[in-house]
Amino acid sequence: MTERTLTFREAVNEAIRLEMRRDPTVILIGEDVAGGAGLPHLEAAGGSEWGGALGVTVGLTKEFGRRRVLDTPISESAIMGAAVGAAITGLRPIAELMFVDFFGVCMDQIFNQGGKFRYMFGGKVQVPVVIRTTIGAGLRAGAQHSGCHYSVFTHMPGLKTVVPSTPYDAKGLLISAIRDPDPVLYFEHKLLYNISGEVPEGDYTIPFGVADIKRKGKDVTAVAMGRMVHVALEAAEKLSKDGTELEVIDLRTLSPLDSKTILQSVKKTHRLVVIDEDNPRCSMACDIIALVTTRAFDDLDAPPRMVTAPHTPVPFSPPLEDYYIPSVEKVVSSVKSLVGRSL
Amino acid sequence: MIEMSKEKLLWVYERMRLIRTFENRVADLFGQAKLPGFVHLYAGEEAIAVGVIAHLTDRDRITSTHRGHGHCIAKGVDVKGMMAELHARATGLCKGKGSSMHIADIGKGMLGANGIVGAGGPLACGSGLTAKVLGTDEVTICFFGDGAAEQGTMHESMNLASIWKLPIVFVCENNLYAVSTPSSYHCAAGEICARAAAYDIPGVAIDGTDVFDVYEASGKAIDRARQGQGPSLIEARAFRFYGHFVGDPQTYKTREEMEGYKVLDPITKFKKQALEHELISKAELAKIDHWVDEAIEEAVRFAEESPFPVPEDCLTDVYVSYPREEVEV
Repeated sequence: MTERTLTFREAVNEAIRLEMRRDPTVILIGEDVAGGAGLPHLEAAGGSEWGGALGVTVGLTKEFGRRRVLDTPISESAIMGAAVGAAITGLRPIAELMFVDFFGVCMDQIFNQGGKFRYMFGGKVQVPVVIRTTIGAGLRAGAQHSGCHYSVFTHMPGLKTVVPSTPYDAKGLLISAIRDPDPVLYFEHKLLYNISGEVPEGDYTIPFGVADIKRKGKDVTAVAMGRMVHVALEAAEKLSKDGTELEVIDLRTLSPLDSKTILQSVKKTHRLVVIDEDNPRCSMACDIIALVTTRAFDDLDAPPRMVTAPHTPVPFSPPLEDYYIPSVEKVVSSVKSLVGRSL
Repeated sequence: MIEMSKEKLLWVYERMRLIRTFENRVADLFGQAKLPGFVHLYAGEEAIAVGVIAHLTDRDRITSTHRGHGHCIAKGVDVKGMMAELHARATGLCKGKGSSMHIADIGKGMLGANGIVGAGGPLACGSGLTAKVLGTDEVTICFFGDGAAEQGTMHESMNLASIWKLPIVFVCENNLYAVSTPSSYHCAAGEICARAAAYDIPGVAIDGTDVFDVYEASGKAIDRARQGQGPSLIEARAFRFYGHFVGDPQTYKTREEMEGYKVLDPITKFKKQALEHELISKAELAKIDHWVDEAIEEAVRFAEESPFPVPEDCLTDVYVSYPREEVEV
């Protein structure tokens, strides 16, 4: 097969397109996912090319029509609740929450309804809904459009959480998410949309709960997700020149979590650093360090490290935001201090 | 008074009587400390659930509230399974994981009682959307209270249902109090049904203690929804006989107000009308009374004789990551 390159944005779009072709019960709802609903000049042209605030769902209206690609009012509770209600009655909706920071106005429908139905109803209902949302700092978008917050959803029982880092993973994980019987939160980092990578034609799935070792190394285990995988890989490149080999584990899904791959790696390297763009308290970084210290304490040669955002909202001004985001330099210096000492 | 077939009349009486007897029995059992948790009873509001659901089939769906027993029973949910759930037994409809506030039976089109006030609106939109996307003629009823009317979710839902012309009937059960706060205080416009104008949908206020009135108004709204003409709003006024929950001393109500309810009992009202117009005989009513009493006693027996779930069942029916599975490393 010839190698084909897509951007992360195109990979997400292709996953949705293929699943909508395969399964007529898959629908897409959200604010501006089609764009310009009801405007006569656009309807005459067969739909709009707007395709969401960040252009991810462009072109889907033309292929599937407004019956399956539904623009909504700015009513996030109604969007999330309608997606859950449709999921328990026979559809497989993909709902878009434009920015994850908006979860504050619709969390009840996500965690109290969608996340709890299967359990509360004694296992007699499935909730096959996917909630796609955008995360991440770096666009100078300010405190209410730049958070990650995936740890909040990972904390909630009944929800699965997916944080892809490459176009290949984005497509395979999204197809798995759409076919999954449980509610899945799928987090797309805004700074990854334009990165390119190899993506095969046709459909393929990547199972949940299987981390991917993006770089092999013997000295330090670096656990990351989403955009931080790229930060970890860059740091690994730099550290390698000084003779320290980082093993970079891309979690891909936070719930389920691939504990086994993390523990096996730490058993080999005896050192752990977690790189997480989310706020640090009660976070994935804490969770992974708790996993390793409770299950593999004797394997550790040094206290685990975490490189995370500070426990502040995301600031606006470039020097402030750049300070906020975990950087390659911070990872390098953290790893250097980690290999320089032992327990 | 709208006409109803004999079969429908008998069904209406049976369901209202079954709800009332279920709720009275639950109040007794709760008083005897036989039921864990909390229960919110539907007694006094029977005519609303029964009058509306009389038009539905199993394929039609409803969303419900924290006061959901009446909706369940009207929709044909098994009272044994309900009673066992209230007793927290493994044979309960939700295997003892739900409780009174989370009884659901998707196969019967009952999308769940709900502990969150106003949460049913968005879910009803989803159910209506399913019917629309799949091209079926199924209708969804969204039952909600006067308290829920003040939640933003209900505004979002009625607006969305209207712009998408979803086959939904929003039925506001105005029992005059949101816990202890009167609707005269919490509702700025006085009438909840008046909000329909803002969504460009029909809105009507009716006597929710008169099952014939409910049947007539909801019939029109359901037909409209089934024909693809979109949602409607019905505000049905009735009284909660037991207060917000069992044990609520209802100190916020006057003695006169409490006495007044007796003449506004939907079941007494139905019997009077049905007998006066010779629609139903006393013998037919007595036969139903007997069947209902037996059915409820059988349900209680079934529940009390059923086992509790085993503790480890706590970990099933959801993706579980803790306690951590012992992976081999």
